[in-house]
Amino acid sequence: MPEPLLEVKDLKVHFPTHDGLVKAVDGLTFTVQPGETLGVVGESGSGKSVSFLTVMGLISRKSAVIEGQVFFQGHDLLQMTNDELREIRGAKIAMIFQDPMTSLHPFYKVGDQIAEMILAHEDVSKKDAARRAVEMLGEVNIPQPEERAKQYPHEFSGGMRQRAMIAMALSLNPDLLIADEPTTALDVTVQAQILELIDHLQSEFNTAVALITHDLGVVAEHTDHIQVMYAGRIVEEGTGDDIYYKPMMPYTWGLLRSIPRLGHDTDRLTPIKGAPPSLIFLPDGCAFSPRCPYVFDECRLVQPELLPIDGRHATRCHLSYTDRQRILDEEILTSS
Amino acid sequence: MIRYIIRRVLWAILVLLIVVFLTYVIFFLLPTGDPAVRLAGKARTPEILAQIREHYGLDHPWYVQYLLFLKRAVLGDQYGWPGLGQSFTTKVPLKETIFSRIAVTAQLALGAAFVWIVIGLSIGILAALRPRTLGDRTAMGLAVLAISMPVFFLGPLALYIFWFKLEWLPGTGYYPLGEYGFGEWFGHWILPWVVLSVLYAAFYARLTRSNLMETMTEDYIRTARAKGLSETRVVLRHGLRAGLTPIVTVFGLDLAALLGGAIITETIFNLPGIGQLTVQSVGTQDLSAIAVITLVAATFVVVANLIVDIVYAFLDPRVRLS
Repeated sequence: MPEPLLEVKDLKVHFPTHDGLVKAVDGLTFTVQPGETLGVVGESGSGKSVSFLTVMGLISRKSAVIEGQVFFQGHDLLQMTNDELREIRGAKIAMIFQDPMTSLHPFYKVGDQIAEMILAHEDVSKKDAARRAVEMLGEVNIPQPEERAKQYPHEFSGGMRQRAMIAMALSLNPDLLIADEPTTALDVTVQAQILELIDHLQSEFNTAVALITHDLGVVAEHTDHIQVMYAGRIVEEGTGDDIYYKPMMPYTWGLLRSIPRLGHDTDRLTPIKGAPPSLIFLPDGCAFSPRCPYVFDECRLVQPELLPIDGRHATRCHLSYTDRQRILDEEILTSS
Repeated sequence: MIRYIIRRVLWAILVLLIVVFLTYVIFFLLPTGDPAVRLAGKARTPEILAQIREHYGLDHPWYVQYLLFLKRAVLGDQYGWPGLGQSFTTKVPLKETIFSRIAVTAQLALGAAFVWIVIGLSIGILAALRPRTLGDRTAMGLAVLAISMPVFFLGPLALYIFWFKLEWLPGTGYYPLGEYGFGEWFGHWILPWVVLSVLYAAFYARLTRSNLMETMTEDYIRTARAKGLSETRVVLRHGLRAGLTPIVTVFGLDLAALLGGAIITETIFNLPGIGQLTVQSVGTQDLSAIAVITLVAATFVVVANLIVDIVYAFLDPRVRLS
């Protein structure tokens, strides 16, 4: 395997609060290969956004205790100075966010906002930067990019704004694009367009993508590798097929049963019982144990390791492989 | 945009008419006594009273007086345009008085505004960028203290310390720049400016801090950081631009209100501005002066409102279309 583009090792992001230490990310290890699409799935509060904001250096060390290592192209981002990080942000790692309505500055023209990023990293004239901004707007299929570049964000629809954000993010041809729930705030039809656009641009620019979402349905089609997060840790990872057809962890089962699937004759969706755990008072054993229908004594006492099943397919679960295989065949695949 | 401005100007004129109308209503409804009796002094014969009433138009019903006032203001009178008539008490044409008074009040208001903008905004910005630090808490604590200090307390205190005790500054009074030179002029203005601006500076520091702190949590600030911009640029270009725009509105109205006369400050520092004239005119039941002052003060507020709205539309592109 070639050197990974991004290698996160035992990342911990803890926020001290008045109520106690919030362990938003608690021992996260994963890699992203060059050009790969990684899907990161989890509920709100599973640490998926925080971990990537940390990679971007956007979590302030004043408000959080950050431990571990984040190697990007061989260099540890957590050891870098602010100036070194700033050169990487935007130019080598770009990020788009959940809500395109609020992610663009309301007072500046869209084209200027894209050009500003180009000017921050490259020694080009304002005119060239503006021209490239227009080019990028065309690249993300915004009609009449010349005129659109001169408009303000409020003159764009939600989908258009997200396209503009993508245009901005890709304008310096970054090695990694972090997309934090890029379609959550958009209409379903627009969602598909945005995801296809990311797919298309990824193959065109050979950018690695980390697609963060709470929707397993979104990641299945658009990713090479999926990691399911729960309470700041990975509980299962594998290919789309692994996660979709051979999931081996009760939390992933719960996620799959809670999303509607076309072609399946299901009257009701089955929600996962209970609420996500408090990140201050995590259970001693498996974080999912209080909500797990298959829990037994060991789960409550011992934190399970993330163990490989087959290739890069790995899970964090105390249930034996045969038990899980049986539950999967008898209950999960038949019911969903 | 043009239609919007025309509509706003028409509204402004209506507001001015109503404000002066209310001044007349209040003056004549309140038991203030007969101005003519006051003007006549000891020689209060019916003939003299009638003469005075006729001379000042006091023999007409109050609404006719109001309309005559409007007519003079719009068409001008023997003293030129706008026709503001003459003072009941000093018999001087009010136009000259008002303009010389506005000049004094304007110097006071603009100087104080400069002080409070510089001090208030810089403290607010620094506090917002280091929230909950010792510096922030000290600054905000002092701001609360400053907001609680009225001018009638702070003014005499400052005069006592810097004029009477330390003898660092000359006393009260107005020393025009043209007659006395910069040093004398500035020396006499510095205390009124600072004393008047304390309250505003504290208020603006708090306003700036809260506005900017809120702006810095906006998603577009995160985007700006994610773009790899320098923190200075993130704060100055992205944070301040959005965080300070609402302050334009507040500033316009505060300045306009002050231009209509800073009664207490002008009284304490013996400055012949609009505020001092107001106190004198009310004391002497000088209706023509009161009406003119009201008109002038209201004009400042209404015009400032208009300017603020237009400036805001240029600052915030989202307002422009609607």
